[in-house]
Amino acid sequence: MSILRFARYIAHMTSLAISVKDLSKKYESGFAVSHANFEVPLGTICGFVGPNGAGKTTTIRMLLGLISPTGGTAEILGESISHPEKYLSSVGAMIEGPAFYPALSGEENLKVLATLGGFPIERVNELITTVGLAGRGGSKYKTYSLGMKQRLGIAAALLPNPKVLILDEPTNGLDPEGIQEVRDLLKKLASKGTTVFVSSHLLSELELISEYIVMLRKGEVVFAGTMKELLLQQQPIILVKTENLADLNKIVEMAQADGHHATIRSEVAHIEGPAEWAGTLNRRAFEAGIVLTQLAPQLPNLEETFFEMTGDRS
Amino acid sequence: MMRVVFAEWRKLRRPTLFLGTLGAALFFTGLTNTFLYLMIDSEQGNGDRGRQIGREVLNLAGGSVYGFSSVGGLLGIIALCVFAAQTAQEYTYGTLRNLMVRQPGRVRILLGKLIAMKIFALILVLIAALVSIGISYFLSDRAKVSTELWFTSEGFQEIGKTLLNVSISVIYFGILGMVLGLLLRSPISAISIGVLWLLIIENLIGAVKPVTLEWMPGNQLSTIAQGGSPELAYSHALILGSSYVFVGAIVATVLFSRRDVAN
Repeated sequence: MSILRFARYIAHMTSLAISVKDLSKKYESGFAVSHANFEVPLGTICGFVGPNGAGKTTTIRMLLGLISPTGGTAEILGESISHPEKYLSSVGAMIEGPAFYPALSGEENLKVLATLGGFPIERVNELITTVGLAGRGGSKYKTYSLGMKQRLGIAAALLPNPKVLILDEPTNGLDPEGIQEVRDLLKKLASKGTTVFVSSHLLSELELISEYIVMLRKGEVVFAGTMKELLLQQQPIILVKTENLADLNKIVEMAQADGHHATIRSEVAHIEGPAEWAGTLNRRAFEAGIVLTQLAPQLPNLEETFFEMTGDRS
Repeated sequence: MMRVVFAEWRKLRRPTLFLGTLGAALFFTGLTNTFLYLMIDSEQGNGDRGRQIGREVLNLAGGSVYGFSSVGGLLGIIALCVFAAQTAQEYTYGTLRNLMVRQPGRVRILLGKLIAMKIFALILVLIAALVSIGISYFLSDRAKVSTELWFTSEGFQEIGKTLLNVSISVIYFGILGMVLGLLLRSPISAISIGVLWLLIIENLIGAVKPVTLEWMPGNQLSTIAQGGSPELAYSHALILGSSYVFVGAIVATVLFSRRDVAN
């Protein structure tokens, strides 16, 4: 029996790209990351979200061996983060935006990293084309726009042909077309078996591509699991608009009287409750002489859920 | 480790850095040699700190490299600036995190960078030596200095010895620059503190209390380049200078290996 359990444990562990157990980083000012626990299965796209200062970058830096944890442990591709040399050759990363030598060209910057990592130099031109920098690879990095810098950062992360790709805000500074290109690229990589661990503030983008979500708040993991599980945990929402703005307060009172949590945001009442209750509300509003101009039951999206779970509206 | 060396070399070989540094090295080499030969009869002196270097010294077998050994300290300061900038810029540009993701062995990164920068410095020293000997030879006639002994076997020995001493001195200055770069993590702070100390503070303290120069790091390294001076023995300068560099390098390496990379 114990052999069977051990075999199951091994099978589970080898199916994981990232496994984090009780990981903590404490500074004099307090915990940047506190007892974080989460797992990311191989070949998936995992969104890593949290408000500014939640500890996302600190977690990523610990995973890459750049800073040492003060507690707990983590494994990437089955190797402990205390021995980053064992897994970093299979990991691509862009941390806190792109960082390159301004006086070197984009191409030369990638060649520095390719030489350092022992990757074929020919891969540099291939990647420059992949990220849409063909024709600008020879220009100095300092002449690049923010979007171009971001693309170069992604190219650098792809240099090792990574099994695990860790990206911190990869779409920052990109135009809508660029964002879509990155989204397609990440999907393509995941379909080929690359695990993508991506932090972003563009929650709608993450919702489109992520199967897994890890949510941090004040250094603590508030959710780790599939996107489906996350959204199912949340109450459906009914959005209500009235002809007369003053009637919104009455709508909120009606919802609260029935035990539903309700708030007014941007001239819209947000009522947590099952879709069926929308019919009850419609009838009561009619009886009270309130004209509804919108009554829309909907499942919460990632953004709503994020605000709900992190309490962050900044 | 060799991968780090080659990667670092890609950065060092860019024309603006290489030619700019070479230009500065050749400027000081030319200036020092020109003063040495054209002011040979000046009462204000023609050498370091107003020393009078006469024909009887320049006529000797080591005369061809006397100017070169005198400029060793300045070449060292150039090396200090380059080593400090190349090290500290990894922090200011945030590129250190990229390097460490691609090469997690921190000591390997340091050693690889150091080897590449040493090669860079040695190329500069070699070119500066050739130019210095050329200028000395060119000006010797005008200064009525005999070059008869310069290219004898003893003369070549002197050239080799001076080249070695200047190389040691320049590399030691460079390592101090690297240490400052690692400790201060800012090229401007590392270079300004290094240059301020070596060119101003040491000299001010030395002017007020000359005996302290026996213990000043910059003076030890300049004296190594000169192969010793009337005030300071070569062996003293070599031992003390090496000790300063060794202790600095150990402290910086330990800090670099253990410190979190948070920028």
